[in-house]
Amino acid sequence: MSKHTLSVLVENKPSVLARVAGLFSRRGFNIDSLAVGETENPDVSRITIVVNAESSPLEQVTKQLNKLVNVLKIVELDPAESVARELLLVKVRADRALRSQVLETVNLFRARVVDVAPETLTIEATGTADKLDALLRDLEPFGIKEMVQSGLVAIGRGSRSINAGPTLRAA
Amino acid sequence: MTKPTPQILANAVTRRSRSNGASSTEPVQRGPAPVADNPPMAPVRTSGAGSLVRSLEALGVDVAFGIPGGAILPAYDPLYDSTVRHILVRHEQGAGHAATGYAQATGKVGVCFATSGPGATNLVTPIADAYMDSVPLVAITGQVPRPAIGSDAFQEADIQGISLPVTKHNYLVQTAEEIPRILAEAFHLASTGRPGPVLVDIPKDVLQAETSFTWPPTLDLPGYRPTLHPHGKQIREAARLMNAASRPVLYVGGGVLKARATEGLRELAELTGIPVVTTLMARGAFPDSHPQHLGMPGMHGTVAAVCALQKADLIVALGARFDDRVTGQLDSFAPGAKVVHADIDPAEIGKNRIADVPIVGDARHVIGELIAVLSADSSPDRAGWWTQLDDLRQRYPLGYEEPVDGTLAPQHVIKRLGEVVGPDAIYVAGVGQHQMWASQFISYEKPYTWLNSGGAGTMGYAVPAAMGAKVGQPDTTVWAIDGDGCFQMTNQELATCALEGIPIKVAVINNGNLGMVRQWQTLFYGERYSNTELGTHKHRIPDFVKLAEALGCVGLRCETAADVDATIEAAMAIDDAPVVIDFVVGKDAMVWPMVAAGTSNDEIMFARDVRPVFDDGDL
Repeated sequence: MSKHTLSVLVENKPSVLARVAGLFSRRGFNIDSLAVGETENPDVSRITIVVNAESSPLEQVTKQLNKLVNVLKIVELDPAESVARELLLVKVRADRALRSQVLETVNLFRARVVDVAPETLTIEATGTADKLDALLRDLEPFGIKEMVQSGLVAIGRGSRSINAGPTLRAA
Repeated sequence: MTKPTPQILANAVTRRSRSNGASSTEPVQRGPAPVADNPPMAPVRTSGAGSLVRSLEALGVDVAFGIPGGAILPAYDPLYDSTVRHILVRHEQGAGHAATGYAQATGKVGVCFATSGPGATNLVTPIADAYMDSVPLVAITGQVPRPAIGSDAFQEADIQGISLPVTKHNYLVQTAEEIPRILAEAFHLASTGRPGPVLVDIPKDVLQAETSFTWPPTLDLPGYRPTLHPHGKQIREAARLMNAASRPVLYVGGGVLKARATEGLRELAELTGIPVVTTLMARGAFPDSHPQHLGMPGMHGTVAAVCALQKADLIVALGARFDDRVTGQLDSFAPGAKVVHADIDPAEIGKNRIADVPIVGDARHVIGELIAVLSADSSPDRAGWWTQLDDLRQRYPLGYEEPVDGTLAPQHVIKRLGEVVGPDAIYVAGVGQHQMWASQFISYEKPYTWLNSGGAGTMGYAVPAAMGAKVGQPDTTVWAIDGDGCFQMTNQELATCALEGIPIKVAVINNGNLGMVRQWQTLFYGERYSNTELGTHKHRIPDFVKLAEALGCVGLRCETAADVDATIEAAMAIDDAPVVIDFVVGKDAMVWPMVAAGTSNDEIMFARDVRPVFDDGDL
């Protein structure tokens, strides 16, 4: 199985996420990660989906997604030609004895402390899945009390941009 | 902004007089129609319900099937004096299948109504059925008032969520102002591209709200752009393969009927001399009497059609989707064939079988452009191929054995029905053995004369679908061919037919059993007949003649081969009431040929324990 990152531009309307998610479940496609948000155009939302699929089912995923009336455009992002980030918030045990070591790890990964409590630090980090995995691996020995992770968002490199575009409105 | 189709705009909003009902038998053309240059009308103050009914009128709807109830009630008030004829059915499933039958017989969009909750959920089966068979359908459901949505209110069901996987698209209307636009979009989506059902769910308070109605609305479907015209390069490549192939087959599916492309298909077939097979959804797309027609492929197809695909070096699929009932075990389907796959739905291409030449486009355009680039004289000599196919046709024709127990053969009944009634009638089947025999033993010479539930296999489809077909084609004889199991699921719509003056004819092929399931029990479950005996023979419960009479129909019974023709003729003589014939037939008849589920088409059985004998040259 290989991972593919799809950027799906959709109309910003109720029920669109349910249509996309429902399509994946009923057609038996696997979602690794999913993130939704508004774009530069408030009428358009962008769903970033990481799919675990061989190339042939991936083509089916794309074609079936394209059939959804509210889907405007689908682009597969090439990892080499795009920037992809996830956000991690993690609450780590960090009493007086451990705190300096935890902070050292935070600095090494260019992460940030966003909340401080007597026994814990809450750390924010962004990066690729690999970087966040590495950070977690290094924080693990201190004791992870709680963590939450976003889906992956990704954008193409260079000056070209993906948008719903005026042509879509003219069809 | 997407423009509404010319068809939608061409229907003048001022049309208030009811059409004379005698709708033309000419198929509706989906091609360009003159765009009406009616200026946009001045806004009219009305309710959401008024706006809904005016929209339906403006869209040219002449008939709708449904049942009122609490949430949809506001819509039924303006419907009371609308030009839209509303036919009150007995169950919402009947409304959905009737709208489907109407759509399949006329090519127009079928419309059905239901209230919220159970009314709407009763539509789910016919909607799913229409989705599988790509039927243009618009279902309008009432919903609880907006403030009550999500509160588990009385008769609340999330029908938008429930119907999500079985509709082409659906809507939960939020304001009365958007009703005309959403209705126009629903009809546009249902009838263009790959047709399919669209559900419009309207909360009761939206129906009651004050609004202003104007027409035409502007469609807002930026993500919907079906590809109609095929790519020229792909067409040329397909033509090159067709000219080069020595064992080609045209594999014709329901898309050819949807695209109104049957005349072009015949021209293409005759130009190239390529053999034709028509799937269950495409029966009638190519005349059965045509010498190039090998019949239906698939699980119960002819030996010639199944083997032609298996041995082909080129399959040209037109509006077909390589369904498992056609391919059998996919790995061993047509192993030596290159595939040209033309379909309006890009997702069908390469879904089950990799296409060597994918063509996205409307079948009418695809066929037209193929004809334009193909030339008759460049076809290679295919005498050898035809010799093989003719030999198979001759050695393994469709047939049946007379039952040894002296009972009436169901195949005989259906064969005679087709011969006595003729190719001008519309035949509507339920699901099971009788459906397969009706597809095999009736000769379909014209398009849109064979309606059935192909993809979903919905028992209970026949009676309400025949009702809808008869409403759409009132001057055509419509026969439902139903099983005794199917008939008991939806026969209450005969009351609708009797009261509304819809004189359909129903041939119940009554073998006292769930016949197709029983056949599988005979073949694969050691003749252990678990729960397939219905008692319609043993106990004559129900008595279909009395049942027919109770429903306001004429009931006839036929139990011997000698009476078959006379009984059919007696039914033909009655045109002022629906007629039901209880054909009491033997229970042991089986559908042959058969490719057992999950096995290879190479394992086709011509009859029980009889495999066709193939020369080396055949297989």
